Amino acid sequence: MTLVKEAPARPAKKRSAAPVAGRRGRRRENLAGYLFMSPWIAGFLLLTAGPMIASLYYAFTSYNLFTPPKWVGLDNFTTMFQDPRWQKSVEVTLKYVVVATPLKLLLALGVALLLAQKRRGQALYRAAFYMPSLIGASVSVGFVWRALFSDDAVVDRTQKVFGLDIGGWIGNPDYVLYALVALSIWQFGAPMVIFLAGLKQVPQELYEAAEMDGAGPFRRFWNITLPMISPVLFFNVLLESIHAFQVFGSAYVVSDTRCGPADATLVYTCYLYQKGFKEAQMGFASAMAWTLVVAVALVTAVLFWSQKKWVHYEEAAK
Amino acid sequence: MTSATSPAVRPAPERRRVGSLVWHVGAILVLAVVLYPVVWVLGASFKPSKDIIASLDLLPTKPVWANFSGLADGISGISVTSFFGNSLMYAGLAVVGVVLSSSLTAYAFAKIRFAGRNLLFTLMIGTLLLPYHVLLIPQYVLFRNLGYIDTLVPLVAGKFLATEAFFVFLMVQFMRGLPRELDEAAKLDGCGHLRTYWSIVLPLSRPAVITSAIFTFINAWNDFMGPLIYLNTPSKYTVSLGLMMFRDQEGISNYGSMIAMSLVALVPVIAFFMAFQRYLIDGMATSGLKG
Repeated sequence: MTLVKEAPARPAKKRSAAPVAGRRGRRRENLAGYLFMSPWIAGFLLLTAGPMIASLYYAFTSYNLFTPPKWVGLDNFTTMFQDPRWQKSVEVTLKYVVVATPLKLLLALGVALLLAQKRRGQALYRAAFYMPSLIGASVSVGFVWRALFSDDAVVDRTQKVFGLDIGGWIGNPDYVLYALVALSIWQFGAPMVIFLAGLKQVPQELYEAAEMDGAGPFRRFWNITLPMISPVLFFNVLLESIHAFQVFGSAYVVSDTRCGPADATLVYTCYLYQKGFKEAQMGFASAMAWTLVVAVALVTAVLFWSQKKWVHYEEAAK
Repeated sequence: MTSATSPAVRPAPERRRVGSLVWHVGAILVLAVVLYPVVWVLGASFKPSKDIIASLDLLPTKPVWANFSGLADGISGISVTSFFGNSLMYAGLAVVGVVLSSSLTAYAFAKIRFAGRNLLFTLMIGTLLLPYHVLLIPQYVLFRNLGYIDTLVPLVAGKFLATEAFFVFLMVQFMRGLPRELDEAAKLDGCGHLRTYWSIVLPLSRPAVITSAIFTFINAWNDFMGPLIYLNTPSKYTVSLGLMMFRDQEGISNYGSMIAMSLVALVPVIAFFMAFQRYLIDGMATSGLKG
């Protein structure tokens, strides 16, 4: 995301302003700028900044939608931290993030390395691998997943061939979360495409030089490919883990609408939805939402801090 | 993205042919696993209900049409076309909203130099990382107080107000890449910003606009949480909610039609994808790289 952060500064430096005639011209440019982005400004104030302030306020109130919010101080937070179902939802979500994100990125990188070779039909393969990313979020695929992972269905029978008699994953509290993980991994297309774009920008001379020095494929990957694509890897890790924290639809559809069995797929947002929209505890749900924001911000901060150690930017190398 | 680089070493022809064969076999094997669920749903939609889970055959032994003809009856008195109409309306409005509002905003960021631009750009990018759920409840309260529950307004309002930062970002990146001479020449010719935007920058940004439009369509079509929260009347349900309703009402007894409708619901997404996959994939790739 440093990639992103740098973007606004660059054009300002490189492209000197078109000579705008005097103060009146500058005022006209300002006015034009704000007019053009007035939809965004309205949206930001009305649908982002305003709601953020409101939900921060709700987090400290008891609010059921029908009577005005009542200030309760930190009550929501203390109840929340002691709530066993909330604790369970944190556990489930962390497990999901920690298992699904690395596996998905590993598969994405593996396939990207495969597709980075120049072969016939490469574009076709790339498109086919990308497709699950687009349909994976739909309820349709949720149903398909339920069917594939239910008792006596394909997955069940396949694992029996290997002597595993655990039955379908959908009804089993120990395994159902991994059906969701599988669904997430299946949608590896988006990070794959980003990896692929990164791989194509690695200068070929580096490989040629390394090969002349006698470096084998593994060393070339470790010492050239990985450092060269580390900014892209960083971007993918950041985006995919943030997305994983927010998973909802698949948990709701795949593991029946109660996010079970036995709360086994009670991901954070599923509990938030139940609290807010089923039990009308908007205050509690807002406290949950803000805790999620803080958690995501922490993860983002840690990732940004860690990138100094493992992300190589070309500017720094020069 | 398209700049092809020559392979590091050119192996001898026969080695190359073997390598190529191994590569294709490997790629096809991975692909078979990845596309299995898609082929499965295609096959299952032609199987009798009782065979769908239990039968191991990927394709039906004796294809039946009953699952699709069963769809004509609708779900508890609501025709399936109604769900599709609602989804089309939602996705169509979303596309118009995103394209208009995001391109205007992107033009301002990319082509107009105004005070506070960098600060606002940073704020816009920041919203990319903000968990959507923190806005969910206050937005619900807002739309409820305005009386828009059970309408499409809460679902599309944000699209008309450029809240989808990803698309704004995509278009900004693209517009920055357009030659500056074009809009400077337009300015010398006396074009105002509106004219420059509409007749020069917008048409030239077609790839970014198409990418955003297709992504928006597909996201809206797949959207589940939005309709789940805001729509209450079954006749206003989108396809996603219709499918859930199907499951709740008919359950296992009419599994075949449920799978058939799942397949039909995927058709627009897959069709759009096939037609525009080049744009989508390149758009996705650009988003992870520097301008």
